[in-house]
Amino acid sequence: MELLLRDRRTILTFVGPALLVYTLIVLVPVVWSLVYTVFEGNVISGFQFVGLNNFATLIRDQTFWQAVAFTLKYAVVVTIGQVAVGLLLALLYVFYLRNASALVRTLIFFPVILPTVAVAQLYSKLFEIQPQLGLVNSFFQAVHLNGLVQPWLGQAGTAFLVLVIMDIWRSMGFYAVLLYAGLVDVPNELIEAARVDGAHGWRLIRTIVLPLMTPILFSAIIFSINGTLKVFDSVLALTNGGPGQATTPLTLSMFTTSFANGQYGYGSTIAFALALMCLVVTLVIFRSARRNVA
Amino acid sequence: MSQTLTGQLDTTQESARKLQSRRGRSIRKLVGKAPLAIIVTLFLVVVLYPLVWLILSSFKTTQEFATQPTWALPQGFAWQNYVQAWNSGMGTYFLNSILAVFPSLFLILAISVSAAFGLEVMTWRLRNPVLFLFLAGIMVPLQLVLLPLFTVYFQAGLIDTRWALIITYTAFGLPLSVFLMAGFFKSVPREVMEAAVLDGASIYKVFYRVALPMVANGLVTIALVQFFFLWNDLLFSLTFISSDSNRTIQTGLLNFTGQYGQVDWGPTFAAISLAVIPTLILYLVLNQQVIKGLASGSLKG
Repeated sequence: MELLLRDRRTILTFVGPALLVYTLIVLVPVVWSLVYTVFEGNVISGFQFVGLNNFATLIRDQTFWQAVAFTLKYAVVVTIGQVAVGLLLALLYVFYLRNASALVRTLIFFPVILPTVAVAQLYSKLFEIQPQLGLVNSFFQAVHLNGLVQPWLGQAGTAFLVLVIMDIWRSMGFYAVLLYAGLVDVPNELIEAARVDGAHGWRLIRTIVLPLMTPILFSAIIFSINGTLKVFDSVLALTNGGPGQATTPLTLSMFTTSFANGQYGYGSTIAFALALMCLVVTLVIFRSARRNVA
Repeated sequence: MSQTLTGQLDTTQESARKLQSRRGRSIRKLVGKAPLAIIVTLFLVVVLYPLVWLILSSFKTTQEFATQPTWALPQGFAWQNYVQAWNSGMGTYFLNSILAVFPSLFLILAISVSAAFGLEVMTWRLRNPVLFLFLAGIMVPLQLVLLPLFTVYFQAGLIDTRWALIITYTAFGLPLSVFLMAGFFKSVPREVMEAAVLDGASIYKVFYRVALPMVANGLVTIALVQFFFLWNDLLFSLTFISSDSNRTIQTGLLNFTGQYGQVDWGPTFAAISLAVIPTLILYLVLNQQVIKGLASGSLKG
């Protein structure tokens, strides 16, 4: 048996195809992309070596810093929203709905599997003002709050708000299930013991349940921040970065720089900055997690 | 399993406790819990009503949109919205998606299952580094690979073809699939495989006849998770597909609503519904497996 499991040719037959495809389509392009950062041009006009010019331009580029600021703002707000609402739902599942929670869990999870483009189209209809009032504006009109009837997606502030609401709506069921799984792992005896000692309701949750959930909360935060820093689909489909540049994250800015303007080198530099940002943020959270747990 | 067990345990203890102090407390409890019931109801309304509104609106005629309030029920079933949406592009996009997604799914499963077997069951020195290499792929921002891939596909004449999508989908489906699949193989008892070898089976036969049937559930989970990722893909399709007749469902929908969105609400809602329906049906049938699969996909951190 041991000999059979150590046979090199067999191993190569099993792992070879996956490793080959993965190396050629994922690993090589990553390295290649780093090489692009010191070039400028595109596939049609050809490439010239420009040294560190792209990085110099990046540092002075106002639109880049705007995109960084938007990406961070969006990531922080949506991460907090997703995890907080998810936690609230998970607590409701475990402590209020208990065994009856399966149906509610399934229903609230539903938007997670919907195509982002479809959800974004749905939301742009919900918040529409022209040519007809969407559901939200109709509602405000019906309750005579005419001041709130507005072009939600046409103003920077409200467009951001709609984007945040949509992405929390889309993902809260997912984070609820994730945290629910962590929550049912909290030993029941601990909770019962705390109850006997007189801890109830919010105090029980704050002093007993939340500290025990720290590891799973941190992995949920890391997962969420990594997803939100790379937000692309929902922005493209809902606002396309507008009005103006107001809701343009790094991913979209990279996409337009590369494909609309044909600047592959500069586009790769923005992508590189994004990858670096994801790495740094993840490491920072990891370190603070370790300090918190230890 | 342990979830339901603890859940049941919880209620038994709870009901025992309730019996002990029924008087007084039960009333207070009922009043105290009313706000929670309202919160849960509110969540359900916020999640479900927009979807109900979407489906209902897809059956309304243009005239109804103009004269009735948005929340009015449709007066009839305006199926022509669906016919119009399907004939003005959605049908083609739908077919393109199916022709790109299913070959990719098949390739992902075939390649990742054998790789996972090689990584989990076989013994070799570089096993862990290679597994780690696959894992690292989950973290790579897709923006980092778009330009090199576009360049290669452009030079190979693959831009605006299904092949560009199938190749990319397959490669990017591998990291998560290999990782999850390796986990499934871990739970196959070694003794069963050893017994098969003692009976004279080759390692390929062990893989195909013994190990594979035991991870059939895992295959379904991975196929489901990857189906949602691929069916909902926007970035790759947007980058590698340029002509309207080759668009997949997501880029097609984006384009469709861009053309009709302002004028014709009925067909637009029908188009959105068409894009949602396959995922909806899958979810209705297999929701528990979908939830578990998607949740396990994120817990690698």
